[in-house]
Amino acid sequence: MKTQYCFKKRLRLYSLFIVVMLKSKTFVKKTRSGGVMKIVREHYLRDDIWCGSEVCTECKQESTVLQRDACIESSLCSYPHYLIPDTNVVLHQIDVLEDPVIRNVIILQTVLQEVRHRSAPVYKRLKDIVHEKEKHFYTFTNEHHRETFIEREPGESANDRNDRAIRMASKWYSQHLKTSETGADGLKVVLLTNDQGNKQKAEDNGLLVYKCEEYIKSLIANPELVDHLALSNDEKNEITSSKVLFPEHLPLSKIQAGIKSGSFLQGTFRASRDNYLEATVFVQGEGEDSTEVLLQGLQNLNRAVHQDVVAVQLLPRDQWVAPSSVVLQDEGAAKDDNAEEEDEEKETSFSVKPTGKVVGIIKRSWRPFCGMLNVAQIKESTRHLFTPADRRIPRIRIETRQAATLAGQRIMVAIDGWPKHSRYPNGHFVRSLGSAGEKDTEQEVLLLEHDVPHQAFSQAVLSFLPKMPWAITPEDMVRREDLRNLTVCSVDPPGCTDIDDALHCRELENGNLEVGVHIADVSHFIRPGNALDKEAANRGTTVYLCGKRIDMVPELLSSNLCSLRSNVERLAFSCIWEMNHKAEILKTRFTKSVINSKASLTYAEAQMRIDDTSMNDDITNSLRGLNKLAKILKKQRIEKGALTLSSLEVRFHIDSETHDPIDLQTKELMETNSMVEEFMLLANISVAQKIYDEFPDCAMLRKHPPPPPSNYDILLKAAKSKEVEIHTDSAKALADSLDVAKVDGFPYFNTLLRILATRCMMQAVYFCSGMDSDFHHYGLASPIYTHFTSPIRRYADIIVHRLLAVAIGADSTYPDLMDKHKQSALSNNLNYRHKMSQYAQRASVAFHTQLFFKSRGILNEEGFVLFVRKNAIIVLIPKFGLEGTVFFDTKDKAAPNLVFDEEVPSLKVEEHTFCIFDKVKVTISLDASNVQHQKIRMALIEPVIPGVSVPAPDVGPQAKKPKLDR
Amino acid sequence: MGNVVQRRTRGALRRCPFEVCGNMAGLELLSDQGYRLDGRKATELRKVQARMGVFAQADGSAYLEQGNTKALAVVYGPHEMRGSRSRTRHDQAVINCQYSMATFSTAERKRRPHGDRKSTEMSLHLKQTFEAAVMTQLYPRSQIDIYVKILQSDGGNYSVCVNAATLAVIDAGIPMRDYVCACTVGFVDETPLADLCYAEESGGVSSLALALLPRGGQIALLQMDARLHQDHLEALIEAAMTACKGVSKVLDEVVRQHLQEVSVLTGE
Ligand SMILES: [Zn+2]
Repeated sequence: MKTQYCFKKRLRLYSLFIVVMLKSKTFVKKTRSGGVMKIVREHYLRDDIWCGSEVCTECKQESTVLQRDACIESSLCSYPHYLIPDTNVVLHQIDVLEDPVIRNVIILQTVLQEVRHRSAPVYKRLKDIVHEKEKHFYTFTNEHHRETFIEREPGESANDRNDRAIRMASKWYSQHLKTSETGADGLKVVLLTNDQGNKQKAEDNGLLVYKCEEYIKSLIANPELVDHLALSNDEKNEITSSKVLFPEHLPLSKIQAGIKSGSFLQGTFRASRDNYLEATVFVQGEGEDSTEVLLQGLQNLNRAVHQDVVAVQLLPRDQWVAPSSVVLQDEGAAKDDNAEEEDEEKETSFSVKPTGKVVGIIKRSWRPFCGMLNVAQIKESTRHLFTPADRRIPRIRIETRQAATLAGQRIMVAIDGWPKHSRYPNGHFVRSLGSAGEKDTEQEVLLLEHDVPHQAFSQAVLSFLPKMPWAITPEDMVRREDLRNLTVCSVDPPGCTDIDDALHCRELENGNLEVGVHIADVSHFIRPGNALDKEAANRGTTVYLCGKRIDMVPELLSSNLCSLRSNVERLAFSCIWEMNHKAEILKTRFTKSVINSKASLTYAEAQMRIDDTSMNDDITNSLRGLNKLAKILKKQRIEKGALTLSSLEVRFHIDSETHDPIDLQTKELMETNSMVEEFMLLANISVAQKIYDEFPDCAMLRKHPPPPPSNYDILLKAAKSKEVEIHTDSAKALADSLDVAKVDGFPYFNTLLRILATRCMMQAVYFCSGMDSDFHHYGLASPIYTHFTSPIRRYADIIVHRLLAVAIGADSTYPDLMDKHKQSALSNNLNYRHKMSQYAQRASVAFHTQLFFKSRGILNEEGFVLFVRKNAIIVLIPKFGLEGTVFFDTKDKAAPNLVFDEEVPSLKVEEHTFCIFDKVKVTISLDASNVQHQKIRMALIEPVIPGVSVPAPDVGPQAKKPKLDR
Repeated sequence: MGNVVQRRTRGALRRCPFEVCGNMAGLELLSDQGYRLDGRKATELRKVQARMGVFAQADGSAYLEQGNTKALAVVYGPHEMRGSRSRTRHDQAVINCQYSMATFSTAERKRRPHGDRKSTEMSLHLKQTFEAAVMTQLYPRSQIDIYVKILQSDGGNYSVCVNAATLAVIDAGIPMRDYVCACTVGFVDETPLADLCYAEESGGVSSLALALLPRGGQIALLQMDARLHQDHLEALIEAAMTACKGVSKVLDEVVRQHLQEVSVLTGE
């Protein structure tokens, strides 16, 4: 190592490294106690930071990132050049930077740090670009470089200093590249900034500098890039009138002061799905208690977008209102500046909520949104409104020249900003997803909208798969029990290819029963920390859509090596109990094993074997034993207060060729369904206890918090209307009162009540035992619970497998497994992925339901009122498990006389009063008038209300007729 | 040989600084390009500057700066046992260490410069370190006093004290088995960082302090408060030993330069 020093010799100096200069940075920071603290920090400036360019001969770099031939056809820069974007260009034009055309870019450390500070999503995207080899993005650590580091001058703002640092680094590059004998190549650096002042100063310094727009428009060969440009401030001004529509947002400093003093509250903005003029802000309080602030009206929403973190100010108490319970959609076509299109209904209803207004935005959480273009009426116009698929997102104004092509396509658009004089936010086109209404496009849309990672697995991921042909080796058998001789079988839904559990039951010599649950040993194949593991951890779960499965792990594992198919040897993780005939557990043990399943059965096949008294083979006897024990277990569980709730699950029969849904059916539950479920629950509970005993700080568990009492309001009111009493003091009380809730002549009442109860429940979540103290699972009435039984399709189970393997000495631990903070962060991701996958699944069912009804024409069906709103009723059709809304105030008709009573709740339409559980007859049809939001439309047939209900259509022939005619 | 001190104050550690630390949201301790907050690479030490013989009255003294952490060490002895005779050892010298921090050494003024729990513990660690390094058997029934004061604190206090005290002991002419050099290392993003500064120490890094007799590679003291997975321990100790060897080179240069100056002065 070479030793160099060049500091003043105050003392005798010794140094070990090639640091050349030493700076002390001093800055002042506020302490927690309110005092001011001076912080002195060292800063070493270096000579060994290289420029990263292929042409350079001066730097002693081992590898280069920036190419010699950095050519891009531009009418402004006819020479090869590297781009240096400033912070704002990166923040606002990341879509442009991501385009494959843009290469050879220098990202300065100053820019990287500022981006990191200001937007986590953009930071991540930027880092992804830097990692991509083809992009040739080079990170230059200018803040540690002796020649490019600058100190903040007295009176200079941090921003100005950073701008200067960026100019300094650009200057350094242009000189550095000039001196390196390649002057002939004429390689230059071009600074991109949108800041006029910065641009001026850069020009004064003799730098090549352009505005981002200017530069992108100069790329002759790539005109499509222009559409990706985010709208800049100047352009916004010319679009809109000078009329100010929204109050100014407060600066961050004032917001922080306000939050500290308690005059503002900080929370997450949640737009209402049903009413675009209403939103709530969820304010996380100390510990458990949190409040919701209601916001009403565009002025009070003040340009906040769904999921933004905002500061709200509460209105005086006399201005508090109740949620409007009106279903209101922003249907207005491009009527731009018409701000006051709605008369806000002011109601002095009883249940007023804290009401407030948004005073400032703390953090935007804008992402690219899927949706469609509403092409402007005026021809040649390049400005159009974009309607996002997610109704909680406002419409976005974008500029594009490809409107004609994009009409009728699903596209993605990103928001750039929302000026205070614009009714809608401004954005830019990102990319097209394909024609609307097509199955592939719509599937892509719903995957993107629900943030489901669905790209094909990368080569890096696939490289960690076992090599085929695969066979169990003697090393695999170490620390593994040979259970191949056991009569193990699996019971799953028909067509299941990812079988992750199998069971066995046999009588022991002492008369007791041995029951085993065998789970695919996925953690044997997925080793901690490799690309395969990381990908699975990020995906978190397999997502099941109608007719499509998005796997968490590659198919070789999910459908082959880990799938416990019959008559092949498979690695398993077994949980084996010794039980007596009363289903009391006498012994529990866990072991890694090898099994050979004797049969893969469907629920129906298993049921048939159990019921068929003529069958007496090992498999059948095993099933009977399991079934018997399962019944006892279930009874015990229900006695303890476990809830059995109901939700209608719908299955589509999908045509194998066209992939169109041809029939739809609600799932049928058999005894064998609950047999398998009982043992899975038991295994999960046993494993949860074991890993918690072994690792009290870092066990991954699952809990289900009890709902706050207010959640039950709607259930209690609904039940009361039928003179049924429901007790919600405990899970057990709820379960018991649901069991006895019956109304004569209304057999479906109990199911409806359970559906309502389901809606009152909280979401169950994963958590790390070291970070929480409340482990209780409310729905299962178990003090502790986890997920162990589906490692092929849930990542949490893989973690649990690893913990259990360490606990029994079958595998070794690794650092992240024992780190409760990393575990906790992982749990958060898993919870998010699970939630999103459920939403995606629902959306997929909804889409297929629409396809189904499209082919059926108009149907009329019986249904029940599930909820009552101010201007609509929500009806459940049990036959299809379908929920739809019957609106009473359609635009084309004069609204009938509506009286809404929230207490009951009931809605009086003319002379008829609707309550929850009322039986109605409705027509169901697909309303395809809005391609983007095709929806199931319901209209009332019975009860007949003159002027409101519609005549019953003649269903059978009518549905077919239009098809035959054409 | 050597003492390995493992502090296990479990109750306190359970609610350890992690929950409040800013590591996740706050500073990026090691950038993708491999630079630390202050511009160093992972294995680089801070600048070490030192001077021996800063006080005439004491038997030995030294001043040492390691980055912004500055320490003064003073040695008295070996001399006859003072105070209670009961501590007298018939086969070796007793080492008495006292560690303190100047009230002005930290950003917020320190209330108690010495005598608090932390200082007492630090004194004990220093004592153990030097008992392993000083050839105490040469001075039976006597006592060696080592006083160390942190003048400015910016991380790695223990290590800087050890390094300063080593120079002071040499200055006092007390024979040692070898230089005893110490360094604090931490673990971030699967990478060991040498010679942590305060910003890194407080950034939620699992840190480890190691005092080494570099020539024989013997560990005089190893101390670790945070939790660390055992898979990482070896790499971390390895990094600490490398860093200590780096420190020993610098100390060696200081001593040689000092000797030269002294010999010039005495005209030899
Ligand atoms: Zn160079």
